[in-house]
Amino acid sequence: MSAPPPPTRSASNRASLWPGLAALAAATAYLILLLAVEKQTIVLTVLAGGIVVVLLAAWLRLLTPVTRSFAAHEDGLGGFAILAAIVLGLYFHEDHFVLLLVITVMLTTVATLGLNIQFGYAGVLNFAGASFFGIGAYTSAVLNAHTAVPHLIVLVIGGAIAALIGSLLLLPVLRTRGHYAAVVTIAFALLLKTFLEVNDVLGGPQGLQVPGMKILGWSFNDNIELGGITLSFYMNYFVVALALLICAFILVRRLERSWIGLNLDAIRLDEVAASCFGLDIARWKVTAFISGNFLIGIAGALFGMVGSFVAPNNYTFADSLILVSILLLGGIGNPWGLVVATLIVVVVPEKLQTIQEYRFLLYAALVIAVLRFRPEGLLPRPVRRYFSRVPR
Amino acid sequence: MTAGLLAQYIMNGLMLGMMYALVAVGFTLFFGVLDVIKFSHGDVLTVGAFTALATYVAMQTAGGASPWLELIVMLVAAILAMAFLGVLIARYLVLPLRSAPPLNTLLITLMLGTVLRECVRLFYPQGANPKPFPALLPKGSVDLGGFNLRLDNVLMLAAGTAAIIGLQFLLNRTKLGLAVRAVAQDEETARTMGINFTAVVLFTFAVGSALAAFAGVMNGLYYNEINFGIGLYLGVIGFSAAIIGGLGSVYGAILGGFLFAGLQIIGTVLLPFASAYKDVFAFAVVIAIMAWRPTGLIQEKISERV
Repeated sequence: MSAPPPPTRSASNRASLWPGLAALAAATAYLILLLAVEKQTIVLTVLAGGIVVVLLAAWLRLLTPVTRSFAAHEDGLGGFAILAAIVLGLYFHEDHFVLLLVITVMLTTVATLGLNIQFGYAGVLNFAGASFFGIGAYTSAVLNAHTAVPHLIVLVIGGAIAALIGSLLLLPVLRTRGHYAAVVTIAFALLLKTFLEVNDVLGGPQGLQVPGMKILGWSFNDNIELGGITLSFYMNYFVVALALLICAFILVRRLERSWIGLNLDAIRLDEVAASCFGLDIARWKVTAFISGNFLIGIAGALFGMVGSFVAPNNYTFADSLILVSILLLGGIGNPWGLVVATLIVVVVPEKLQTIQEYRFLLYAALVIAVLRFRPEGLLPRPVRRYFSRVPR
Repeated sequence: MTAGLLAQYIMNGLMLGMMYALVAVGFTLFFGVLDVIKFSHGDVLTVGAFTALATYVAMQTAGGASPWLELIVMLVAAILAMAFLGVLIARYLVLPLRSAPPLNTLLITLMLGTVLRECVRLFYPQGANPKPFPALLPKGSVDLGGFNLRLDNVLMLAAGTAAIIGLQFLLNRTKLGLAVRAVAQDEETARTMGINFTAVVLFTFAVGSALAAFAGVMNGLYYNEINFGIGLYLGVIGFSAAIIGGLGSVYGAILGGFLFAGLQIIGTVLLPFASAYKDVFAFAVVIAIMAWRPTGLIQEKISERV
């Protein structure tokens, strides 16, 4: 897939780029509209309109060319998706709230990408995603306040600490399976939250302030003046979060396509068969668990700096379940589905204030419905293509 | 340590152990008949406790009665409501997913637990705050040389023991219990013997959930306070207790419950400086036990591990 297609193969068996591009443009425009409107009735109308349009498109079979176009031109459309994100950021360049929301979406996507390596590829259960996110955030809180470690390195350390603390769980996670492994991570999620609440050093239930990011003297918490235009200070974080998302996305997508992803898939689908083929189950599960937690931790570290505040109540078991919900709604193992699902799960309750309070309930019920009636998720993971040159 | 203090610790351990055992028995029953883990079990306990509290509030507004009558009405309301809820869950969420991958059952019950927990938090008046639970048992106590034996604790222990003995009787001495054990042992054969599989499963879920409601009321009476999160806590601990005892074995679950409470009490005695870390310690023990003996101290008879 990485090699450019030979010129001899052309339109005959390759889906066109245009349906995907049109869908992307429409989605971006819709998102800008949704983020721009404020009045609750209009928000509701826009949301309902979006659902109707998507259902209508599905009914008219307009979505098939879009998926085919995405499958055929993933790299190109990925580039356009980045462009769309930049357009979105520039459109809202002075709106603090919207930028924060978009950053939240991007960092949550990074976290769910990490969870996806564990859940979606290796089949290692992790119901403590928000805890590892919190570990990253607390790391940046402590390091930014008390040390002079450069803040970009703090991000990496945040990921490393999350991976390190996560590796304490390796033994129980490796030795157990299914329900048993689930209870280990649930117990860890509850343990960490209680620990943070009773621990005075880390601020107890009140949490800690996180000093903002600063790179080479450039303070991220000041608004930017560019030739008379004021950009929100969140634009700084927007750029870093977008860069992080792009790196994480490419990494996860490459991982999935590579032989590592193939090994992980084999282990998830049938451990006995995989070990018969000489795969070291423990080694790959460890790899998936640690690298997943590393990604979640990095996202958490940056999120701590963006939010400038960390508290145990932001990283509860319910938040971990929200991350799992995103994974299930998006279709386990499909990074593109994750982006869409994160957008829905994070943006809708923020825009529709009335359901903000009910979001845990709502998403839990939604996941039950999805599992019951469409277990493969909203955007199921496509079948692996072993030979990119062979048309489907 | 004085004998009185020791006796106090033992009493606390017994109370905790009884609650854990009642929850663990539910897990083990469900696993026995259907080979599923119902992660929403703990939250059924929460809903049971809040049902009892709501019944109490309703009776208070209606004029009130003697504490004994109130307690019995509360208990009956909670037990019946939770038995019904358990049947509903089994009928509409667990049984339809029998052929689905186990992960789906796990996730669906986990999410159902969230739904129940959030419903209590959002729809019970001020459900997000801890609620005082009425102390309806007689308050007297007997002084036994430095140890204050509280009458209500003794009564609760006796009631819990009675519930467990009743369950034993039900499982071992009645025809229905025989059917439950038959289904647990071999579903196919049980069916060919004319046992109504669905009915037995629903009955088992009703019994397990009723025990959870009982434990929930007991928890409320013991701490005189309930909040929407107790179920999650007791659920995780109850599940670990069931695992310690070996899933599928009722005796094992009871043993596991008391063993876990014992460990927790020993932890608080040995680490008195860290009493705030009591729950942290409990969950650390859960994780450590899973790492040490992933299938429990008493091994499952047929292990699914290869």
